[in-house]
Amino acid sequence: MSKILIRGAKVLGGEVQDVLIDGATIAEVGSGLSADGAEVVEAAGKVLLPGLVDLHTHLREPGREDSETVLTGTRAAASGGYTSVFAMANTFPVADTAGVVEQVYRLGQEHGYCDVQPIGAVTVGLEGRKLAELGAMHESAAGVTVFSDDGKCVDDAVIMRRALEYVKAFGGVVAQHAQEPRLTEGAQMNEGVVSAELGLGGWPSVAEESIIARDVLLAEHVGSRVHICHLSTAGSVEIVRWAKSRGIDVTAEVTPHHLLLTDELVRTYNPVYKVNPPLRTERDVLALREALADGTIDIVATDHAPHPHEDKDCEWAAAAMGMVGLETALSVVQETMVDTGLLTWAGVAERMSVKPAEIGQAKGHGRPVSAGEPANLTLVDTAYRGSVDPAGFASRSRNTPYEGRELPGRVTHTWLRGKATLVDGKLT
Amino acid sequence: MQRHLISAADLTRDDAVLILDTAEEMARVADRPIKKLPTLRGRTVVNLFFEDSTRTRISFEAAEKRLSADVINFTAKGSSVSKGESLKDTAQTLEAMGVDAVVIRHGASGAPYRLANSGWIDAAVINAGDGTHQHPTQALLDAFTMRRRLVGRDAGLGQDLSGKRITLVGDVLHSRVARSNVDLLHTLGAEVTLVAPPTLVPVGVETWPCEVSYDLDAVLPKSDAVMMLRVQRERMNAAFFPTEREYSRRYGLDGDRMARMPEHAIVMHPGPMVRGMEITAEVADSDRCTVVEQVANGVSIRMAVLYLLLGGNEPAVTHARTTEEK
Repeated sequence: MSKILIRGAKVLGGEVQDVLIDGATIAEVGSGLSADGAEVVEAAGKVLLPGLVDLHTHLREPGREDSETVLTGTRAAASGGYTSVFAMANTFPVADTAGVVEQVYRLGQEHGYCDVQPIGAVTVGLEGRKLAELGAMHESAAGVTVFSDDGKCVDDAVIMRRALEYVKAFGGVVAQHAQEPRLTEGAQMNEGVVSAELGLGGWPSVAEESIIARDVLLAEHVGSRVHICHLSTAGSVEIVRWAKSRGIDVTAEVTPHHLLLTDELVRTYNPVYKVNPPLRTERDVLALREALADGTIDIVATDHAPHPHEDKDCEWAAAAMGMVGLETALSVVQETMVDTGLLTWAGVAERMSVKPAEIGQAKGHGRPVSAGEPANLTLVDTAYRGSVDPAGFASRSRNTPYEGRELPGRVTHTWLRGKATLVDGKLT
Repeated sequence: MQRHLISAADLTRDDAVLILDTAEEMARVADRPIKKLPTLRGRTVVNLFFEDSTRTRISFEAAEKRLSADVINFTAKGSSVSKGESLKDTAQTLEAMGVDAVVIRHGASGAPYRLANSGWIDAAVINAGDGTHQHPTQALLDAFTMRRRLVGRDAGLGQDLSGKRITLVGDVLHSRVARSNVDLLHTLGAEVTLVAPPTLVPVGVETWPCEVSYDLDAVLPKSDAVMMLRVQRERMNAAFFPTEREYSRRYGLDGDRMARMPEHAIVMHPGPMVRGMEITAEVADSDRCTVVEQVANGVSIRMAVLYLLLGGNEPAVTHARTTEEK
């Protein structure tokens, strides 16, 4: 395989270095490295990060190929600087058997834009009643280690307890979509001042917080680890902070949109702002940023949720919940965390690559940028500013809340095991 | 005036007073042997009703016909909507037929706002009730009724409701009537108090320009108008209150309670009433109850709104008289 010399990049936003890729691995990191026949990528002023890892992506295949496929979704991922994505289980059929997870895994391998690590359903059909064959999914070619009924909460306390216990046998983790179902019947948006005015059904913070509180206590009781998906409220932050202080093995993620947007946007009744969990208040946004900075929240995960145009071009109540996020995630994190001084680029690498790879056990991802490591890398032009144009998305869907919004930063190159998947902002 | 009427909160005090004054002019038409004005001749209005509502639809239809508009009635049942057609496609289909205004009733909060602001159609949009959000013409007809009764038919012209104490009682949480009334009555200078069991008051109500009380008996003697909101029996199945009897006992208006209101105070209800639940027959049939007047006033208010939104620059009735004299 060929050699690539990335010249003069700020590695993790710090020291300016040259990085030589030879085949699938990083051969050398240093200054003044000789090109010596390698293809040279001039990276002066840019930031080099380990390839991003998304622990929470909806690729929609099989079943909803009208909104996304493994191919379009992994192209979107490569565009956004990702080299590994975890595909959620709420497909049709549900990824609750070895057969479905193997299919999704193989599609990712075949397309070659980004590693796809399927997440297995916790319960059969996401119905919350009967455990899916978690062990079979783990032992399959897909090697599933993360299990989630995302989109639905594992609300039965006994089923949740058993799942937490059961996956210990093979080092798995349950990722909980924390939403008390009875408290959120007919929920359309965050319950508060805005929902009261708009007359939209409320999704109260307590519906998330009560499940998180229960699950960290369950995890403590049975000595398991638990991961909290898309944490969205200030109260949830406090519970996770308390749990960590007690030594409970809990990790948590926040989405880019919950770091930037608030429920005030719902006043437009534009369903691009409809998402689950819903956009919360300014107070929540600030608490989430602080928690991501101080490590209470471990990682950023996109909850990339593609939907066809007609599912958003309608009245609010009829619209689907969710936003695409893979292609804007890093820009939103730069806007909310880096440009605000809350995180360094090294901190971003930790929260968008190292930790998610660790939680999901994505082998070869989230590794240091140093000799001998797999060449999974992302090069970012952090000085760039531009407005978001969904027409340019690689994703099959366009349901972004950022259309026309100016955001900083642009991923120019992505390498997956030394193979360029994105060059000068264009997919290969 | 704006081009659409989506929310009572969009109206300024002057807009609202202009609508009430125009409605008084329109009301005079109802007293004539021929109850018709040529104002909207050649204009087409569609009543786009995705939710069953015979009363509101008939009221709009009467208003449109009295203004000589061409009226198209569209109800979702049995239409292409029941076959899965989207709101956007339905609206665009109707507009392609040359519609000047769309009166929309929809079960989803915000549907009229979407219709007016998504670039789907150009017609003026009038909200005839959306989900649990707004029902602005209801609030206007309520304010009109209050102004007539509490200020006076002629004395009220040009006036608002400054200093009037209005109490709304019942299922505030699920009520677009309550939301619209709070917004409009506040704009018109009234002091509004909501009375309901705490389960039927929305979280977030603290920013509304009104007071909230759980004690009806304490509020009644300080009310110039008491508006009873309908309480659906099925709410008790979702544990909003224990039983119908308990609800009536604590929040229903009966003769004894009505006697505690000031002598001049009126009882209002947007209809349909659930007799025996929020209001007893004795109160509903009393002289102080304005339910039937509200229905009549609804037609005048909707005539005024249609006239003002569809570009009436000259006084409607004066203009109409000269046309009639030809």
